[in-house]
Amino acid sequence: MRNASWVVLVGAGAFLALLGAALGQDQLFRVHMGILTVVLLGSTAVLLRTAKFAPAGGDAASESQYFDSVVRYGAIATVAWGIVGFLVGVVVAAQLAWPQLNIEPWFNFGRMRPLHTSAVIFAFGGNALLATSFYVVQRTCRARLFGGDLAWFVFWGYQLFIVMAATGYLLGGSAGREYAEPEWYVDLWLTIVWVAYLLVFMGTLMKRKEPHIYVANWFYLAFIITIAMLHVVNNLAMPVSFLGAKSYSLFSGVQDALTQWWYGHNAVGFFLTAGFLGMMYYFVPKQAGRPVYSYRLSIIHFWALIFLYIWAGPHHLHYTALPDWAQTLGMVFSIMLWMPSWGGMINGLMTLSGAWDKLRTDPILRMMVIAVAFYGMSTFEGPMMSIKAVNSLSHYTDWTIGHVHSGALGWVGMISFGAVYFLVPKLWGRQRLYSLRMVNWHFWLATLGIVVYAAVMWVAGIQQGLMWREYNDQGFLVYSFAESVAAMHPYYVLRTLGGLLYLVGGLIMGFNIYMTIRGKLRDEVPMGEEAPQPVAQPAE
Amino acid sequence: MALIDKHSILEKNATLLLVSSLVVVSIGGIVEIAPLFYLENTIEEVEGMRPYSPLELAGRNIYIREGCYVCHSQMIRPFRDEVERYGHYSLAAESMYDHPFQWGSKRTGPDLARVGGRYSNEWQVQHLIDPQSVVPESIMPSYAFLATTDLTIENVSGHLIANRRVGVPYTDEMVENAEADLAAQADPDADWSGIEERYPKAVTGDFDGDPARLTEMDALVAYLQMLGTLVDFTVYQPEENFR
Repeated sequence: MRNASWVVLVGAGAFLALLGAALGQDQLFRVHMGILTVVLLGSTAVLLRTAKFAPAGGDAASESQYFDSVVRYGAIATVAWGIVGFLVGVVVAAQLAWPQLNIEPWFNFGRMRPLHTSAVIFAFGGNALLATSFYVVQRTCRARLFGGDLAWFVFWGYQLFIVMAATGYLLGGSAGREYAEPEWYVDLWLTIVWVAYLLVFMGTLMKRKEPHIYVANWFYLAFIITIAMLHVVNNLAMPVSFLGAKSYSLFSGVQDALTQWWYGHNAVGFFLTAGFLGMMYYFVPKQAGRPVYSYRLSIIHFWALIFLYIWAGPHHLHYTALPDWAQTLGMVFSIMLWMPSWGGMINGLMTLSGAWDKLRTDPILRMMVIAVAFYGMSTFEGPMMSIKAVNSLSHYTDWTIGHVHSGALGWVGMISFGAVYFLVPKLWGRQRLYSLRMVNWHFWLATLGIVVYAAVMWVAGIQQGLMWREYNDQGFLVYSFAESVAAMHPYYVLRTLGGLLYLVGGLIMGFNIYMTIRGKLRDEVPMGEEAPQPVAQPAE
Repeated sequence: MALIDKHSILEKNATLLLVSSLVVVSIGGIVEIAPLFYLENTIEEVEGMRPYSPLELAGRNIYIREGCYVCHSQMIRPFRDEVERYGHYSLAAESMYDHPFQWGSKRTGPDLARVGGRYSNEWQVQHLIDPQSVVPESIMPSYAFLATTDLTIENVSGHLIANRRVGVPYTDEMVENAEADLAAQADPDADWSGIEERYPKAVTGDFDGDPARLTEMDALVAYLQMLGTLVDFTVYQPEENFR
């Protein structure tokens, strides 16, 4: 019976979760295990309903083909979680502009902000990486995914991680580490899923029919193995009880701070950069119909990028109690990092040599190109902000928030949208997307949203930093902290607007993808052609 | 370019590519993080640091649970404006018992590293219940529910033991008295001599305005009121701690 072992495993999991709900040492753990029980029971029911009672091993025919059903689910999850993440982003932005929007205790900013960051980084970004890596590794290796149903385990296991992390934050379960907020038992679960992910990916590389491993896969592989290392080391913790939610991190104070930012900056460097560079190296050449600009540049870019990125963490701790030697080391490596980053940008952009005219008619390619352009901009801004003199002004301000969003919305978001638009018609065997003109709308709304967001946050951040350090000629501080908060209000309103534009773009994408999957084609004038002028009709 | 031509060896061997990548990404962390555990001058020599009292620890866990660190830093940088605004710049020693650290990365609200003793308990409680009533410009959410939520910790000594396992010097005496100390610190009628001996400088007495109840508000305010107050800066020698 197909699914039999999964039914048993998930059912046993549900039973264990029920035990946890009954025997938990604290209320959070009991409630969280209750949620887990419901989710796993529901999954068991679905698995039973979809079980096939044909003899096992009857799938020989499909064994020769690519395993794309998991990629299809991944594409849908990317779009859905993306919209959720952007929506929560708009809500938290509005909460900063209008604090009355906080609903205590579950929907206060302090619990919602981790929900937003995890939703966009791990749910949206993570699913985009899962889906595209599974797609790309099969095509570039000419091999079906290794491990059969293991890929399903990775996908659904990862969704379970997201649900447990998100509900945990709102219920008040936080490990207090930025971008690593899930508590110890959720971290352990992600570790299991991640090892399975590495197995599927490596196994597929091992059984490849191409002699060479394509460059996109180097980046995906480095992303998977480095995130494994970062996740495990940064989340080392001592639970109070194995039936309780609370844990205390293994490291403390200054060592803990550097470990956390070694993780935090490389969540950016490997999750949000290396993985998405893998995406760039496959989808930009595909969509442009041109080969990658330089093979040698890609080699230098890859090794220099992964070597240098890992050193950059201390720039989050400039002028803190971290010893100076570590701060300086972090700054120097952050500045050096500019070079491989721009090497990657050049390799991506120059891939369009001889195909630049396509930008006029192909909004998907345009999305990918602006993603690479934002990548270049963010990776210049980052090294600049890591210079201690600049950082003394920018640190603790909204400038940092603006920088993160020009990278996240501009680079990560846009390259993922481009990949999704490329993938969906192919995965569902459609002739084309439902509407290219809607892609164009999405492109302009998102771009405008990013520009508003980033520009507003630059002004806000620099003003904040200057207000905090402003002295009058008698040597007194000019502004109280509260005055700097009040001065931020107009910027926080405008930032919400920028986020809203980005969200609307995401909703248009959601509709477009939905209609494409349903097999509809919008009756529209192709991109680059004028709409037919109404011709005067003789009166009847 | 002979070296680059040899790259095809890596491109044809997935295991080698995996291992090489892992080696390359390990170096930076080893060089930067590992020395912090053995270089003796990483943490300054100071007088006065002690583990958190059970009530302070409970308050700190509420601080973490509510994500206070996403808007408030606990790390004063050595700049004139920050030192004037918030007090002496933060030392590494001051967070040596913090599992996890809460230095923060963003100041949507002000730094809290030395907020202890700056405001009265009544101000802190009123500010947490309705921030705009005392700071009209504030955009902080209300935390009124803390004042109506009983502080329930099922295994108080277990929290101290978990901290001890990761290196916080809680003594057997502290662990044995954990449950009693938790209740006594916020009880105006209790005998505080044990707490004051075990946890010097601990702020005692009712915090939330309701002596009859031990609430989460009591715990959080007890934590806020001790932040940055432990180190005795009259005997601190900055020039001996240059790093």
